[in-house]
Amino acid sequence: MSIPKTMRLVDGEKGNLIQITSLNLDGVMRRRLLDLGFVAGAMVEVIRKSPLGDPIAYRVSQTTIALRKEESSRIEGVLMTDGE
Amino acid sequence: MGNSYRVALAGNPNTGKSTLFNALTGLRQHTGNWAGKTVSLAQGNVQYKDTTFNLIDLPGTYSLFSNSSDEEVARNYIVFEKPDVTVVVLDATSLERNFNLALQVLEMTNNVIICINLIDVAEKQGININERILTNRLGVPVIKISARNKKGFPMLLDTIDRIVTGAIECQPVQTTYPDDIEEQIKKIEPKVSELIGNELSARWVSLRLLDGDETLLNEINERFGQKERA
Repeated sequence: MSIPKTMRLVDGEKGNLIQITSLNLDGVMRRRLLDLGFVAGAMVEVIRKSPLGDPIAYRVSQTTIALRKEESSRIEGVLMTDGE
Repeated sequence: MGNSYRVALAGNPNTGKSTLFNALTGLRQHTGNWAGKTVSLAQGNVQYKDTTFNLIDLPGTYSLFSNSSDEEVARNYIVFEKPDVTVVVLDATSLERNFNLALQVLEMTNNVIICINLIDVAEKQGININERILTNRLGVPVIKISARNKKGFPMLLDTIDRIVTGAIECQPVQTTYPDDIEEQIKKIEPKVSELIGNELSARWVSLRLLDGDETLLNEINERFGQKERA
C-alpha cells in the first residue's frame, strides 16, 4: 500500500478518480462549487481534457461539469485510482 | 367559485419540473434540456375539487445562493412573493445532490412539499426510497411521483389541498450549524426580528447576513422601501 497522493484537480489525468479533501476558494464561487457537488469527501472522475488542457470535464454525482483551471487548481483531493 | 392558491415548483435542472407542470396544467410549455431554459415564470391553473391551484414553474437551480439571475428569480419568488405552497421537485436517482436545494427551501419557508420525481427510473436502478422516514425527519410531506407516467398525482394534489386548508401543518426541520455560527445567530436574530417583523424568517435572514449576501439586502431594502412609500 503506497502513501495516498494529494493532488489538485487540475493535475488529474483522464480516468483518475479523486476524492476531494479541500476547496481553497471563497465567497460565491465556493458556494457555487459546493452546490454543484464539489464537497469534501465527494468522488470526482476526470472525464476528458480539452485540447489545450483547459477546461477539464469532471464527473461529480452523476453529472459532467467542466471547470477552468482558475477553479480546478484550487480544489485538492486524494488520488484513489488512476484508472489504469 | 372556489378559492385560489399559488403553488410554486422549485427544483434542480432536469428533475422534471416542467414535465410535472405540463402534465398538471395541460399546457404545453416547451421544455428543453439545458440550464437557463426556464427563464421567465410560466403559470397555469389546476382544478382540484372546488379549489384552483395556480402553478408557477420556477427556473431550475442547484442552489439559491450563488447569485446567478435564475437563482435570484427563484429565491425572490419563494421569499418575497410567498406562494401558499412550495413544491420542491427532486430527482429520485440523485438525491444526495438534490437535497441541497430542498434543505435551503425548508429554511426559508414553512409550507413545503418534497416531491420525489422519476421514481420509476429509480426503481429500475434498484433505488428504494422510504418516504415515511423522510417525512418524519424533514417535518414536511414527502411524496413519490412519476411526472412522465402521471403516477402519484392524486396524492400530490390532495396534499397541496390539505396544506392550504390547514389540515396538515408543516414543521420543516432546521439545519443546525456549528456552535460558533449558532452563537452568532442567537446574537443577531432578535434584532433582525425587530426590523423585519414576521414578514420573513428571522433565522434565515440572520444566516444570510452572516453569509454577507448583499443582493438579498438590496432586495429587502427595495421591497420594504416600496411598502413604506405606498
